[in-house]
Amino acid sequence: MSSFYDVIVIGGGPSGMQAAIEAKKEGAKVLILECNDSLGGILNQCIHNGFGLRQFKEELTGPEFAYKQYSEVKKLKIPSVFGAYVTKIEGEKITALVRGKEKEYFSKAIVLATGARERTAGEIKLAGDRGAGIYTAGTAQKMINYYGKLSGKRVVILGSGDIGLIMARRMTLEGAKVLKILEIMPSSSGLRRNIRQCVEDFEIPLEFSHTVTRVVGRERVKGVYYAEVDENLKPKLETEKFLECDCLLLSVGLIPENTLLSEVEKNIKKQIIVNEFRQTSIKNLFISGNSLHIHDLADNASEEGAIAGRSAALFARGALEELGEEYEISFSSAISYTVPQRVSGCGSFKIFFRAKQNFLRKKIVVRCEGEEIASKFCVGITSGEMQEIEVESGKVKGPLTVSIE
Amino acid sequence: MKTICIMCPVGCSLNVYEKNGEVIVEGNSCPRGEAYGKTEFVNPSRVVTTTKRSGAFSYSLKTDKPVPKTMIFKVMEKIKKTPLKELDVGDVFIKNILKTGANIIVTGKLTI
Repeated sequence: MSSFYDVIVIGGGPSGMQAAIEAKKEGAKVLILECNDSLGGILNQCIHNGFGLRQFKEELTGPEFAYKQYSEVKKLKIPSVFGAYVTKIEGEKITALVRGKEKEYFSKAIVLATGARERTAGEIKLAGDRGAGIYTAGTAQKMINYYGKLSGKRVVILGSGDIGLIMARRMTLEGAKVLKILEIMPSSSGLRRNIRQCVEDFEIPLEFSHTVTRVVGRERVKGVYYAEVDENLKPKLETEKFLECDCLLLSVGLIPENTLLSEVEKNIKKQIIVNEFRQTSIKNLFISGNSLHIHDLADNASEEGAIAGRSAALFARGALEELGEEYEISFSSAISYTVPQRVSGCGSFKIFFRAKQNFLRKKIVVRCEGEEIASKFCVGITSGEMQEIEVESGKVKGPLTVSIE
Repeated sequence: MKTICIMCPVGCSLNVYEKNGEVIVEGNSCPRGEAYGKTEFVNPSRVVTTTKRSGAFSYSLKTDKPVPKTMIFKVMEKIKKTPLKELDVGDVFIKNILKTGANIIVTGKLTI
């Protein structure tokens, strides 16, 4: 097999597989580099249902979603290299460690779809002992769903993101007792349906504005101290209580895995800046899925992979070179970020963004130099869910602003 | 009864009640939500998903339709106790589990 490609996709999860599929459909010679031994990424351990309604119009479990994409990858005869850890990207050259051997691959365009990693105990400055029994929710998920090993019998979950909620149910079904879910914020960032079917169905106590103040147990977790927090999220120590447990699961956020891209342009929030083609400041480098920004659904990560894959294929055959001037997208104070952050406006495109708080009956408006070029009425906008608005082709003539009015 | 629809990520707030012998669902934005609201009122049911190790493989499994909530732990127990020989994605592992009308099917197969 020659090591020269039009498009190499790094990462074979939902976003990477879709990028490879779309690039191949555009006629590109494509390769997937995957660090695990099979395609599917995190979907393989997300055995619960609720995937696929958007992309496949049917409700699927994570592995079924991955299998559908995998079947297409196979049908299109897209090759993959497994056990491949990419260590460096320089221009068109990718260096990877494949089962202990250093290999080089060359590609006209590269799509990075390396997903995200979970925030750890260290990153949230969790106080107290570090005995066995402290895991990120995703690690506990992998332990039970891959290896059949339960990470504890009496469990406290810190954080109420979707992975934490899903694991509350999963641990309960496997016979563990989930004593409490503690959420430092006044509301959950998880989906409402997961609160319903993972927490309320099993009568698991979920306490908002509460956090773990200290872990006890040098060899093995023996319990946690927890307390209510004030409006500045500082624990009120007079409310501190002890809870005996043997396991603490952390569901405290995801961080895009983009450490390979140290050279590309980022904004103040350390997000990688892309245009509507998911092209970075290094022109042959594209990025999609959770490695760009955290998505609520695999369907959305996959949709973004499709954009990046198609764009990378166009770039590889020289069809994406004359984009012309790119314009910045700025946003009102109610919005925390947008993707993309800049556009050329060559065709129609969608702007994805997150609101900082919840809104009822508001309009999302996109303006170009003061003139309204797209708008959409929303019954409800929640801070936990990604919003999107489409801008038609030919409307962009200068910088854009997005606002909620 | 007030509840949250679990049929898609939107999570509509539902109000379900009985009027003249008919179950009325309010707050849904699609037909799937109405159907869910009705079932939730009469016989709350859930799709159960789990995994099972067998040989060199880890199988992910699901009920191919929702089973009554009261049966969830019994379904888990039955899956645990039933030996699994080699199967492929899409195969039926247990037919009509505990007479619920749902089959346990293989959703994924990983080599461990």
